[in-house]
Amino acid sequence: MNFPRINRRHLLGTGLVGSWLGLIGASASAALATSSDTPKGHSPHAAGSMMTVGDVDPASNGFDPHSILTDWDRGVTSVDSDGRTVREFLITAEDKEIEIAPGVLFSAWTYNGRVPGPTLRVTEGERLRIVFRNNGSMPHTMHFHGIHGASMDGLTGAGEVEPGGEFTYRFDAYPFGCHLYHCHSIPLKRHIHKGLYGGFIIDPDPDLHPDLDPQAIAIARSRQHGTPENAIWQEMVMVMNGFDTNFDDENEVYAVNTVAHAYAKQPIAIARDRPVRIYLINITEFDQINSFHLHANFFDYHDHGTTLAPTSRTIDTVMLCQGQRGIVEFSFAGFEPGRYMFHAHQSEFAELGWMGHFEVVA
Amino acid sequence: MRQILRIAGPFLMIVLVAIGFVQLDPLAVLRGNAPPVEKLTIELAQINQGELKLRLRAESSEAMSVAQVQVDGAYWKFEQTPPGPLSRLRTAWITMNYPWVQGESHHITVLTNTGATFDYAIDVAMSTPDPASSLGWFLGLIGLFVGMVPVTLGMLFFPALRAAGPGIMAFVLALTMGLLAYLFVDTLSEAQDLAEKSAETLSIRKVVWLVALVTAVGLFMIGRRLGAGSGNGRGPAMLACAIALGIGLHNFGEGLAIGGAFASGAVTLGSFLVIGFTLHNITEGIGIVAPLTDQRPDLLMLCGLSALAGLPAVLGLWVGVQAFSTHWAAIALAVGAGAILQVLIEVGLLIQRRYLDSAAPQPLSSLLAGGVLGLVLMYSTSLIVTV
Repeated sequence: MNFPRINRRHLLGTGLVGSWLGLIGASASAALATSSDTPKGHSPHAAGSMMTVGDVDPASNGFDPHSILTDWDRGVTSVDSDGRTVREFLITAEDKEIEIAPGVLFSAWTYNGRVPGPTLRVTEGERLRIVFRNNGSMPHTMHFHGIHGASMDGLTGAGEVEPGGEFTYRFDAYPFGCHLYHCHSIPLKRHIHKGLYGGFIIDPDPDLHPDLDPQAIAIARSRQHGTPENAIWQEMVMVMNGFDTNFDDENEVYAVNTVAHAYAKQPIAIARDRPVRIYLINITEFDQINSFHLHANFFDYHDHGTTLAPTSRTIDTVMLCQGQRGIVEFSFAGFEPGRYMFHAHQSEFAELGWMGHFEVVA
Repeated sequence: MRQILRIAGPFLMIVLVAIGFVQLDPLAVLRGNAPPVEKLTIELAQINQGELKLRLRAESSEAMSVAQVQVDGAYWKFEQTPPGPLSRLRTAWITMNYPWVQGESHHITVLTNTGATFDYAIDVAMSTPDPASSLGWFLGLIGLFVGMVPVTLGMLFFPALRAAGPGIMAFVLALTMGLLAYLFVDTLSEAQDLAEKSAETLSIRKVVWLVALVTAVGLFMIGRRLGAGSGNGRGPAMLACAIALGIGLHNFGEGLAIGGAFASGAVTLGSFLVIGFTLHNITEGIGIVAPLTDQRPDLLMLCGLSALAGLPAVLGLWVGVQAFSTHWAAIALAVGAGAILQVLIEVGLLIQRRYLDSAAPQPLSSLLAGGVLGLVLMYSTSLIVTV
């Protein structure tokens, strides 16, 4: 019950007038002393209480945030008349209701029925053919962050696909790095935040860079999917996203790879002595920036992943604007096994779902 | 037999039409796959040690499910009793362990399974008081000073009123009219304020008007039966009782408002505020004894009148500091408004009989001055005690 008309300060100041009512004054302070005895600290269960209630069933949702970490879509390859590798993908846009936090359903627009869409993983210099079918209810596009001609840009008027239609985006995979694709139909904010985005990773090909020194070649090989140098790395993609469930242009739910607290409730297992590489992408709408913070450790960061040497060394927090992405590399070698937290260092996002744990196992 | 058919026939047809409509479902084309607009009211909050409890009432046409709860912008574990989806107008309690902070604000957002959000603000957090504690005694004392004390002090003017001439008497009765008119408006608007905070689907604003009217008419009829309006000896005593009852119900509302403001931290119960209420309510005592000036009421009766008018303030305070249902409180105040309306009419009729229908010169200026002064007195003293 609120009776907001009172001017509280005014009454506080005048509360002592009328000493003949001293009896009441005395009882009042006694009564207030009792009620201020209530605890100001944490109740016994409070530490683990800041969490969504329940679990999201990956089977009914159609995708599992734990699989999304590593389920690279490699497409189908062939060799063209020039002897170059052609890599072809089939992507279908569809409307789908997804569960973004336990019990909270969101009418999403998806690529291939999942949010984020498939993580396309290609090698530098390959010819890409992305066949895009639109089975959704709205016109959509695929706008790739990469190098391509104007007609392949995936905008209204350049590769936009009406419901029921199809378009093939053709371009070569440049530059190497950690990129993304998203729908660029208008209104843009809505087409993005409804779920139309995904990772687009171009692995470096050392053969295309004859001037590299041996150390740089080793680094490039370690980033190239399928090489022995790459196999020791524990790689994963994390797409930082948010969901505005009540259409007030603010997110009610934040996450990496869509499901709030998915990695907090079921931590990501990490072998302690093998290095970790995260392809980190920020596609959060409405909020200008998002961030990644690792507990108890530091990492090297390659902004956009377009360099082989880190752009920031030994940091534990990195800030990304909308559409920004990069590669995070670190190791828990020699660490005490246990749970290590990671989250957005915007506490607000962390408390609304963007928080997880690595389970470091010796 | 034919008579039964005549009555049952229309009912049978109503049932058949309803079944037919539901079966044929001619409105099916109007439904898209969009969910219906959801509505949920958070009716009250209870704040206990390390715990927040909220009572929700579903107001959607279809059942709705609470999926998650945010406290101060963070998802927080909660328990719902009873669990499961809430159909229209059903209520449930949401309980959370939460380290709330004394004297600070907390904001709660309830998310349904469609992602719709419903907000509730605890403006100033403090433990919901237990009336059995020392606080209960303290509130009882406040209630006495707000209700009993001023009414009794006002009634001390009784000997002076008896000694006064007919011109003064007319003035005092008109003063009572003004007072009652003020209380009627005040109680009704307080009831409307509470109705505003109630679940919209319950349409409490309408209910307040209806309950006030039914109460006024009902009490009027009862008063007629008991002879309140007649010229016999019981009339004035009955009228005084009716005035005391109406004022009592108003004081219940006043106690409710003070208790609620105290519990929500909107007001500090300083001596200044309490004296303000005492001054504000002294006129009520004069109003109660005004019809009795040509009677010889015994002390027991005067005490009874003062208790009837004053004690409900204590009850109001006790209820007010609890987490209470605004719709029930609004209805209680509507009863009060109705009771006041009835005595307003009775006092008006009394003035009519005594001063306007008689052959003696009519004390029109005294009546006008008394009525206006009653209103002004109540309004101006209310300015220092608005909660």
